[in-house]
Amino acid sequence: MKKLPKEKVKPFVEKLLQDYEVLGPMETAGFASFGRIMSPGELKLNYQNSKKTPKEAFFPQWEVMFRYRSTGQSVEVKSAEDTGRRRILFGIRPCDIRAALLLDLVFDSLDFKDPYYINKRKGTIVVGLGCNHPASTCFCTSVNGGPFSREGADFFMTDLGDGYLVEVLSQKGRKLLRGFDGKEASEEDKERAKAIADSATRGISSVIEADGLMEKLEKLTEAPFWDFLHEKCLGCGICTYLCPTCHCFDMADEAFDLKGQRVRCWDSCLFPLFTLETSGHNPRPTGRERIRQRIMHKFNYFFYTHKAIACVGCGRCIIHCPVNLDIRRVIDDIHRE
Amino acid sequence: MTFIGNNAASNSHESLRNPYLPFPMRVERTFVETSDRMLKSFDLAFVDKVDEAAFRFRPGQFCEVSLFGKGEAPLGIASSPTEKPLLKFTVNRAGVVTRALHHLEEGDEVGIRGPLGNSYPVDRFQGKNVVIIGGGFAFTTLRSLVVFMLDHENRKKFKEITVIYGARAPGLLLYKEELAQWEKREDVNLYVTVDKGDEGWNGREGFVPTVVEEVGPSSENAYAVICGPPIMIKFTFPKLADLAFPRERIYTALERRMKCGMGKCGRCNIGPLYVCKDGPVFSYAQLEELPKDY
Repeated sequence: MKKLPKEKVKPFVEKLLQDYEVLGPMETAGFASFGRIMSPGELKLNYQNSKKTPKEAFFPQWEVMFRYRSTGQSVEVKSAEDTGRRRILFGIRPCDIRAALLLDLVFDSLDFKDPYYINKRKGTIVVGLGCNHPASTCFCTSVNGGPFSREGADFFMTDLGDGYLVEVLSQKGRKLLRGFDGKEASEEDKERAKAIADSATRGISSVIEADGLMEKLEKLTEAPFWDFLHEKCLGCGICTYLCPTCHCFDMADEAFDLKGQRVRCWDSCLFPLFTLETSGHNPRPTGRERIRQRIMHKFNYFFYTHKAIACVGCGRCIIHCPVNLDIRRVIDDIHRE
Repeated sequence: MTFIGNNAASNSHESLRNPYLPFPMRVERTFVETSDRMLKSFDLAFVDKVDEAAFRFRPGQFCEVSLFGKGEAPLGIASSPTEKPLLKFTVNRAGVVTRALHHLEEGDEVGIRGPLGNSYPVDRFQGKNVVIIGGGFAFTTLRSLVVFMLDHENRKKFKEITVIYGARAPGLLLYKEELAQWEKREDVNLYVTVDKGDEGWNGREGFVPTVVEEVGPSSENAYAVICGPPIMIKFTFPKLADLAFPRERIYTALERRMKCGMGKCGRCNIGPLYVCKDGPVFSYAQLEELPKDY
């Protein structure tokens, strides 16, 4: 374990910028979001968590899949996969790292490999940043996470106030030490880091009851519960857009004369058009079926397929829902059914 | 058409096959199937030998068919693997992509991704009687299944084969020439019906569920496959139940709005199962366990 004094952060990041594309938390329009850092000054490491999730690093909201060009009879198709990019996702919170591990199960599954996601993911070194002050809406500890969980990180940092305690957790992470100008961490630093982590973990005040949730939902698919739950939902989809594990997308062609591209962009199960068929039939015709899909997918269907709950307890859906549809209350109500 | 960086000609050092890239196929023949001109069949030929060799499918599977600039549509393969190298798709003119597909002419090229999805459990059908019930233009992958089972090499693997197929009017029946050929065969019991005949029609009249009752195929050592409009399925299912077909031995194929075809884009699931990769073929026993999201 090493220690990086705060005044050494700038030169450290500068060194990283020479070899890598660095994505980190920065301030945009008054809130924290992940973006490409061009200079260390843009980094805003004292953020709580970003509004939009860093999943965009691997699964952008909009991306080109391939381009095509027609010259009369022949069409040329050219893939737009990323290859050979060297990137660092700097200062990502443990909950969002866990989300990436869950997305790996979807995009890097045994049956079909998604090269757009996988190429970005494999070319990225993940630098985690412990969460000293979890928000009141955070419940990561209920869903196999924690504010200082190292799972999935290549390199991990704990803010000690005067500097960062730095841990290398993988071969990929080791590469970052090349530009590192810090010293070995003292026993006192390590103890302080542990105290900070313990206090943060104790500070998580929100809880959901994950045990038995999968089984409980199994029995609830046709329950009247859903008839009432969807009533206050506006179907705006903000919970899906800000969710770090939501991965639904649409694919569409954009044609410009004889050339064009196939793109994909995020989509949401809360939108009526998501499942509307050409015939006019919609298998999920009302909010009842749509919100059931969202809840069931996170806590039952995903578990059925991947043996994990597709929620990391980041609390974004709680903070940003315009009608306060609070997932913690929903899960309490499910258990009470 | 040259496809750069597609599956066949991948130059990626990681050799990660990109399942989103279509490969090219050429239209060899187009054929208007129905009198209302809403259904048109396309026989497609592989442009690239590598794609042809890699393409192995079973009856019941589907492809994503691309028209660049318009998009993709999931279409069931109407031809049988025994008819390779041609692939047949029968397309109902309904939306943006299928409308554009109807304008294709011989020699034109389309993009194909697939084969996708599971298939009819033909291995399980071996040594069994098979009852195939179809209605309207849902007969496409059933054609694949019938042609597959009637193939010279395959026919002996199955016992009695019964096909009950209905359409609203004589002009709306698909594959009329083949129906006429099957009619002549001794090794398939074919019952073609229309809701209402016209002056040229001297065949059977009546709805599919009624005909199923009249024909009364035995459920003994038998499987049933049923594809058609929801209203037909709704009324045919009780008839099969009356004939004592257990739910585990009745299969159907579902359709849903799809994008990726690989269980990632998230829209076609019914409960934890994706119609695109865990389906489109399901048994009634399976469907009974799932939420009624279809």
